[in-house]
Amino acid sequence: MSAAGKRPTGQWITYMYRYDDYDHTLVIERVAQYRDQLQRHLAGELPDDEFRPLRLQNGLYIQRQAPMLRVAIPYGMLSSTQLRKLADIGRRYDRGYGHFSTRQNMQFNWPRLEDTADILAELATVEMHAIQTSGNCIRNITTDPFAGVAPDEIVDPRPYCEVLRQWSTFHPEFAFLPRKFKIAVSGTLEDRAVTYAHDVGLQLYRNDKGDVLARVIVGGGMGRTPMLGSVIHEGLPWQHLSTYLDAVLRVYNRYGRRDNAYKARIKILVKAIGAEEFARQVDAEWQLERNGIATITEEELARARAAFSDPDMPERDATDASFDAQRAQDPAFARWVSRSVRAHKRAGYRSVTLSLKPTGVAPGDITSEQMDAAADLADRFSFGELRVTHEQNLVLADVALSDLHALWQGARAHGLATPNIGLLTDIICCPGGDFCSLANAKSIPIAQAIQEAFADLDYLYDIGELELNISGCMNSCGHHHVGHIGILGVDKAGSEWYQVSIGGAQGNTTSLADVIGPSFAADEVPGVVQKLIETYVEHRTPEERFLDTVRRLGVAPFKKHVYGEVARKAEVAHA
Amino acid sequence: MHDLIVGNTLVENDWHWLRLPESATPVRKSAGKVVLFKLTGEPAATADVVAACEVPAGKVMVPLSVWLHRHAELENRVAAGEIGVWLDSHEEPVELAESVSGDLNRLPLIGVNFPKFIDGRGYSTAFILRTRYGYRNQLRALGDVLRDQMFFFHRCGFDAYQLRADQNAERCIKALKDFTTPYQTSTDGLTPVFRRRSAQQATA
Repeated sequence: MSAAGKRPTGQWITYMYRYDDYDHTLVIERVAQYRDQLQRHLAGELPDDEFRPLRLQNGLYIQRQAPMLRVAIPYGMLSSTQLRKLADIGRRYDRGYGHFSTRQNMQFNWPRLEDTADILAELATVEMHAIQTSGNCIRNITTDPFAGVAPDEIVDPRPYCEVLRQWSTFHPEFAFLPRKFKIAVSGTLEDRAVTYAHDVGLQLYRNDKGDVLARVIVGGGMGRTPMLGSVIHEGLPWQHLSTYLDAVLRVYNRYGRRDNAYKARIKILVKAIGAEEFARQVDAEWQLERNGIATITEEELARARAAFSDPDMPERDATDASFDAQRAQDPAFARWVSRSVRAHKRAGYRSVTLSLKPTGVAPGDITSEQMDAAADLADRFSFGELRVTHEQNLVLADVALSDLHALWQGARAHGLATPNIGLLTDIICCPGGDFCSLANAKSIPIAQAIQEAFADLDYLYDIGELELNISGCMNSCGHHHVGHIGILGVDKAGSEWYQVSIGGAQGNTTSLADVIGPSFAADEVPGVVQKLIETYVEHRTPEERFLDTVRRLGVAPFKKHVYGEVARKAEVAHA
Repeated sequence: MHDLIVGNTLVENDWHWLRLPESATPVRKSAGKVVLFKLTGEPAATADVVAACEVPAGKVMVPLSVWLHRHAELENRVAAGEIGVWLDSHEEPVELAESVSGDLNRLPLIGVNFPKFIDGRGYSTAFILRTRYGYRNQLRALGDVLRDQMFFFHRCGFDAYQLRADQNAERCIKALKDFTTPYQTSTDGLTPVFRRRSAQQATA
């Protein structure tokens, strides 16, 4: 049999949470439980409809062509050892690659159903699992990929995420909710965790005494009925996070709609009764557990904090002469730096984003060879640690300024240095109709056609910052509602059409995009994007990003330019 | 046959589960305010059916609706320890608690129905009965009671499990211990894992 039952032995240098005996035991017992469920299913003892919710809570979908297994990457943090294991699994059980999702998880698209328990056992050897990566339960908690290193950070969210990961894992009361439940946590001035578009968003901050408090936002979400969340509690002391969330979940578990899957998310309940009434019910429920045994202790928070301590980073100068020289001599390097490198809280260090968006590859896809390469780069340049972003890229958080050129060369050799971070071709995209059985339409070919249309780097840089997000269906895994340009696959009488919207945004000024008009055929989409860009270029002021121009002018001029020529065709299609 | 597990032992079931024939009119659902709705299309019993139904002799679990409307006539049998009440997944524990004069623990048994195992409302019902209302007697899971949920049932406060007919009782008993180190506290007396970690360190 597999590695299940063996205590994982992986020793790695890392600055992230490591399992103790409690965590190990739980994950190993989960593998055993799942193996038994799978065997009963394969033996015909567990029918499809009863196996389905069980396998989903273990991240296993049955897709169009094969099962898909979604592996949890809690709050997006990975050690190089873990990434090498994912590479190994990709090679041995899949077709030599994996896919990073917008929930900072990894998906394998081609495993065999019979192998899934063995894959989970492999994952357990490096303190990983697929628990609650799908199904109507509390999903993987996401956060800022630059947690712990961002200069604008007020509170490092990771210790809180870890405490809540433990709270949510196999929570006995909330394993069969009306619908999925997603939590995001941020602790920065600039929200990078899309907290207003989650079932629960927690924004951590400090009061004048330095105590950590949370702003609790409930009822946001994308999907069929996109909504921004409402603040239902301001200034919740961190000690009460889990008991307060128990209360939120209990109200939702009991009163969320269960008669219609499309109306079952918490946002529908919050909207139906109003945020104020929802807050009142939660508060009443909270009194039952408030200050009880589940209140988080100083000691536990200290333990979690210690797990995410800073690496032992040598002191460095704020500037580096060799870096300046390399940048001056090598325009390609300079270009990559301008897109991929972010400020770090420590002098002489930077955070680097490795692009998984080269033209011609499905956004977020990464080969096993690239995973190994990224793991090596993490070991050489960033203390053996990586983060996955919800934009489906990888981050090396702690790179010395003087190492950037060597890192760039190493990344470029493996196709990980496309200089398009934050630009139009850094597309967020779900797997779509090529893989997902829920999808109305394909999304990857649309992303690729757009990337090809905007392959010219000078033009791409001239367009500047632009987030283009594509979802293959209303479930909105590609976050199209918060894209500066959002593209949604829709089904009309059995053929694939694409609805285009503009003006969505993540961050502190989160907004939902407006649809510009009737939808388009697949081959029209790059041309439509082109027209949107032309409108922007014509009307922009020197300082404006695409989003700013849309906000200033509204949808009208964009719509006019797009439909001026294709309107008739689209109307015919729409009829 | 529906096996019954109490604690972690297979026992004879001497309680009759009284279920009412359901009316043909579906319950209206509305999203305008908090409403308690059943799963799609499930009809509920009418007031006539509730008033007319016969509560057989012996130990009987009666539906909440029957209890609410007829508890006066059942008082003697409550005193004799032969009346239990069961809640459907959408029903409110508060209604039961407020209708029992004195202590909820006068009832020897409360049942909670899981019409479908993916309907998780009953877990919260159990938690609320055990914590807010301090219910200490038998709390029995009814309906779609399956092996793969045993661990969750137990943790939320159930101590009796009336299995769906096709379930293997031995395996269900084993499944009560699927996990030995759960993270959270619940009504099973376990403290949160961080308090256990801390206690372990203190004694180490």
